[in-house]
Amino acid sequence: MDAATITSWMREIDIAVRAERDHLVQLDAAIGDGDHGTNMVRGFEAVVQALDSDGGSPPGKLLILAGRTLVSTVGGASGPLWGSALRSGGRVLGDQATFDGMELVEVLAAALASVKDLGTAAVGDKTMVDALEPAVRVLRERVDGGASTEEAVAAAREAAEGGMQATVPLQASKGRASYLGERSIGHQDPGATSTVFILRALEQAVKEHP
Amino acid sequence: MAIETRKMRKFLNDPAQVVKESLAGLAAAHLDLVRYDAAAQIIVRKDAPRKGKVALISGGGSGHEPLHGGFVGLGMLDAACPGEVFTSPVPAQMLAATKAVDGGAGVVHIVKNYTGDVLNFKLAAEDAADEGIKVTSVVIDDDVAVQDSLYTAGRRGVGATVLAEKIAGAAAEGGADLAKVTDLVKRVNDRSRSFGVALSSCVPPASGKAIFELPEGQIELGIGIHGEPGRRRADLGSASEVVDVIVEAVVSDLKPKRGSKVLAFVNGMGGTPLLELYLLYGEVDKKLRAAGVEPVRNLVGSYITSLEMAGASLTLLELDEELTKLWDAPVHTPALRWGV
Repeated sequence: MDAATITSWMREIDIAVRAERDHLVQLDAAIGDGDHGTNMVRGFEAVVQALDSDGGSPPGKLLILAGRTLVSTVGGASGPLWGSALRSGGRVLGDQATFDGMELVEVLAAALASVKDLGTAAVGDKTMVDALEPAVRVLRERVDGGASTEEAVAAAREAAEGGMQATVPLQASKGRASYLGERSIGHQDPGATSTVFILRALEQAVKEHP
Repeated sequence: MAIETRKMRKFLNDPAQVVKESLAGLAAAHLDLVRYDAAAQIIVRKDAPRKGKVALISGGGSGHEPLHGGFVGLGMLDAACPGEVFTSPVPAQMLAATKAVDGGAGVVHIVKNYTGDVLNFKLAAEDAADEGIKVTSVVIDDDVAVQDSLYTAGRRGVGATVLAEKIAGAAAEGGADLAKVTDLVKRVNDRSRSFGVALSSCVPPASGKAIFELPEGQIELGIGIHGEPGRRRADLGSASEVVDVIVEAVVSDLKPKRGSKVLAFVNGMGGTPLLELYLLYGEVDKKLRAAGVEPVRNLVGSYITSLEMAGASLTLLELDEELTKLWDAPVHTPALRWGV
């Protein structure tokens, strides 16, 4: 995997959040304030633009650029959270031109750590962590167990989907949905949902640029 | 786009430009008080930075007008950072605002307690510190409708924000130092409690759809300021019955001493006329006095809104002599003006 994998990942996210914008808005309107879809579209549109005008940076630097762009264009909670996540992930790769499955695990682990640190959320709080943490755990298990990166990422995406579905019966205790108390129960978390799109996009990118 | 826009019953050119165009209009209407930095998307007091004066900035999602841009001016905020509708601004806006108003005495960030606002202001404060600017941050969390515990995002910041901006802004205008101004924001927050109700949802321009549907004859109790549903729904009773619920929620949490003097802020959510807001104030005034609390100051009007939502909130601030004096001090902003 190399810079093309990262560029393709960000493009696939852009396509996915654009297609799912109204879905995300609906999920967020039910338990938040309805801006999640719009925010993700604005952010990843800007990320794709920033990557387009980049002249050949290595993969780690591209992730840092993507993260910085999200922080400076999105606002809301998703901007700083995904922005810091991608920046932390990018730092793991330093200046290297390529990376392997093991290193991809470390990128996502660093991203998860930064989300948990900044958002002070844990699994079960009905947030993006509910999708991201199982994904990172399964990715690591599969890569450690000798699976190909492609297989491991597919399994991680499945784990994220499981985590996303598991947010439905939860009562939110972090983020804006927590203001609703019990009324947040029965709704799928929009942050966990967009996290699944981000992992699906990664799966696609790894397939295209292994 | 044009057809969608017309369907919305909103005055729009392009839904994506609504915040920028509104800010340009605010600045055009109040050239004597503020300027609009379109590149940074911030509203700045016209004579900022004022050397030696502690500066106050606030910001948050748009859709709550006149908050915050309407409170920039003499005796209140030095700058406001408006985000997209109901979306926190980004750190770059906050950093630009901080730099634009820093007169060397430090800058106070007044932050409403929403995850997005808190995270973005946190990143901005770190950036400002890196540039050598003294910044303090106070998070406002006065909404009693939200359970406060270590395991939640905590209470939302609502009406107390307006009161804190006015009172701390007056102190800064009078020459108070950074520690004093910061402490005043905290004090106002500590002594304020709010509770809001809604009779309708609101329609964000980007989606064009109401955030929730409220059947006729129902009221949402414990709403915030983003069109989000409240904690529970009930049958709509008389105004007197609704005020009973609101006053009970606020007073039982604030627990003012008997004989306390308070500021009672009856706020409209954007779609409730002043006719009804004054009716509500009359009920609030009566019920507070019956509960042994004296409303010696008040503010009635739509100051922290939720687009066109029909609804109202009550904020009570337990006053002392110093807070009262600062409340009475001159203020001259687009939305609040007295004593000048």
